[in-house]
Amino acid sequence: MFPEEVLEHVFSFLNSHTDRNTASLVCKSWYEMERWCRKRVFIGNCYAVNPRVVIRRFPEVKSVELKGKPHFADFNLVPEGWGGYVYPWIVEIARAYPWLEEIRLKRMVVTDECLEIVAKSFRNFRVLVLESCEGFSTDGLAAVAANCRNLRVLDLRECEVEELSGHWLSHFPDSFTSLESLNMACLGSEVSFSALERLVARSPNLKTLRLNRTVPIEKLSTLLQRAPQLVDFGTGAYSAEIRQDVYSRLADAFSRSKNLKSLSGFWDVTPAYLPAIYSVCSQLTSLNLSYAATRSPDLTKIVSQCYNLQRLVVLDYIEDTGLNTVSMSCKDLRELVVFPSDPFVGEVDVLLTEQGLVSVSQGCSKLQSVLYFCHQMSNSALISISKNRPNLTCFRLCIIEPRVPDYVTHEPLDVGFGSIVENCKQLTRLSMSGLLTDRVFEYIGTHAKNLDMLSIAFAGDSDLGLHHVLSGCDSLRKLEIRDCPFGDKALLANASKLEKMRSLWMSSCLVSFGACKLLGQKMPGLNVEVIDERENVNSLPEYVPVEKVYIYRTVSGQRFDTPDFVRIMGKDKDDLFSDKGLKVAVLFCSNFGTFRPCCCTRSRSL
Amino acid sequence: MDTTFRLAGGGEEELELGLGLGLSSGAYASSSNAAHSQVVGWPPVKTYRMNSLLNQAKFSKNEEETGVNGNDASKKKKNSKHENKNDEVVAKETGHSGFVKVNMDGLPIGRKVDLNAHDCYETLALALETMFLKACPTFTSIRREKQQRSRLLDGSSEFVLTYEDKEGDWMLVGDVPWRMFLSTVKRLRIMKTSDANGLAAPRYQEKNQKPKKKLLS
Repeated sequence: MFPEEVLEHVFSFLNSHTDRNTASLVCKSWYEMERWCRKRVFIGNCYAVNPRVVIRRFPEVKSVELKGKPHFADFNLVPEGWGGYVYPWIVEIARAYPWLEEIRLKRMVVTDECLEIVAKSFRNFRVLVLESCEGFSTDGLAAVAANCRNLRVLDLRECEVEELSGHWLSHFPDSFTSLESLNMACLGSEVSFSALERLVARSPNLKTLRLNRTVPIEKLSTLLQRAPQLVDFGTGAYSAEIRQDVYSRLADAFSRSKNLKSLSGFWDVTPAYLPAIYSVCSQLTSLNLSYAATRSPDLTKIVSQCYNLQRLVVLDYIEDTGLNTVSMSCKDLRELVVFPSDPFVGEVDVLLTEQGLVSVSQGCSKLQSVLYFCHQMSNSALISISKNRPNLTCFRLCIIEPRVPDYVTHEPLDVGFGSIVENCKQLTRLSMSGLLTDRVFEYIGTHAKNLDMLSIAFAGDSDLGLHHVLSGCDSLRKLEIRDCPFGDKALLANASKLEKMRSLWMSSCLVSFGACKLLGQKMPGLNVEVIDERENVNSLPEYVPVEKVYIYRTVSGQRFDTPDFVRIMGKDKDDLFSDKGLKVAVLFCSNFGTFRPCCCTRSRSL
Repeated sequence: MDTTFRLAGGGEEELELGLGLGLSSGAYASSSNAAHSQVVGWPPVKTYRMNSLLNQAKFSKNEEETGVNGNDASKKKKNSKHENKNDEVVAKETGHSGFVKVNMDGLPIGRKVDLNAHDCYETLALALETMFLKACPTFTSIRREKQQRSRLLDGSSEFVLTYEDKEGDWMLVGDVPWRMFLSTVKRLRIMKTSDANGLAAPRYQEKNQKPKKKLLS
């Protein structure tokens, strides 16, 4: 047995949460040792555990990271009011961790009151990252600015903020000099430019500055000159009348920014101003032009100079020709994201096809992560991509029209995606689209052994598809499904699998109220949330499919902050041992001759 | 006791209701051609990005009218439910989002509605009815086909639809032309008719010329 000091020292090298979790399972003394020295806690689902339980186990935490709503909330599939309130967590950690330094939240509801508590409770607070959060206003930001004397990072990523005024920025006191990262890109209101300039000027450690749209292009050079040490810069609206003096100043400022590695922003681009960034292109490792509504030639000229680019986010305006240039020029590319410029157009007027992706997969040997929106795909393209890039870890393909087949052969895209999972053995994340039958799920269940997250839409023929995934994907933790004909059978037959996953989302599928209730009754370790906004929902028979169901494992039991359109199923004690419940369980199991035994073994013993 | 367990989705009707029917105002309903645009949350582009794109895409398309797109394309864009000007107005005036909050008297939790998804008061009001007054979705679509008035606008409901404008005043919805409404609305509220301070029951107005009725709050 190692003495404690040695163990503690060894544990200090364990940074990943999974490693720490594993270490804590070795034996009781390791568990004890580990829990006292864990500094960072990550909770992937805020409803999986109570804050007090976390605090009891980990008394010395300096950094808390929480996630709230399910991923599909990003696409408006989770009605407002569902939950994800961070307030109860804030109250508890304010009490328990006075020396907390970092809070990172994703898809949570954060109120001004929460931000005020944060601002006043933690003497050494340093990092606030809010991603896809909502519920707060610029008043909350003002409180943080005014009170967090040692703040280093204020990072608002795609949040929905109530804009009361831009005055919040002026609340940073003159004595405040510790800022390292400021991302205000998602804010709509104008801040005082002089306050911003002074803030930048007195922040020698400022490495990241992402402005919002209201900062005009004429002012960018001023800020760049104040912060030559910047590594990550996001412009505001990149448009103005073409003026030589403005252009020259800007180009000059960029050329002096020797440390710049990442560029973003570029709203409302005036193409004539784009060459101002040419001098930094070869330094860039990350470039986000996905708000730049400018055409392929301009984009191509830029990327052709980005020899060191690792991450490119761009609109489909880049077209196949632009991506071909990427494949030849950006040999270090790791991640490619191509968003649609007009997601709803029936007719395509942008020349981006599957070919662009194929070229990049051919030319960029380090490509690992892809998010690609396009209008057509073929099995042969997918097979090529998989053979070119077996090192892919994240492959998300969205063919914009649902259920579209291989445009060449008119067959489903089963074989193509099958090839992806078969060849890309390290694939951890997959999103599929196009016409897909149960066959693709068979391939996935057979081959995708490292798959952690899977997103499915408008796919499959029957429960067999879902069964393949749940029974075959050993590493699966997050599964989200919409508009697929998957129902009760596969779900109930794989009930125990659900406890090994973080969560399962199914909307517009064929899962019935009865099955949800049964699942909730039989699996105390799961919350089965039916999200259904229909007026007559209480009088619907049990065989009717629910609108949406969200199932997640939890050790904290059901939650009590649900709105009326959310029902946590099967937790009423009356239902638990009813005859009907047993009969239903037996019926399902007997229909499932070839499937694994499910929860009915428990019910038979009753 | 019924021991047979009907497989979920036994009826055609249930399947229809289940699969991808997006009649809430959260749906990005644009040109009536593309069927998929009726589906909520598809394609899977974040709301945040959608709003930014809507603000921009129309901006740049306006510049491209004379470009390679040709007549047909321009016409199609003009016919699309997201009329160019509409979105520019929404974009510039409401900030970056076409979403506004909606609260209803008596309900603690508000909702959000995407003004970009509507081009007239009728569809907006019907969508809000669906959200708050829980009308059955299929019924709403039938009513829409029959061009029936929303109860929120014709005064037949115990609730009336109001909005807060840029000056902070609460006004009855329906009094000003749609585009003017878009440029001035900050948020919406479904108020009890009795609370609307003794004003005459609101009547649905054509785009004309009744002067603004200010609600004293």
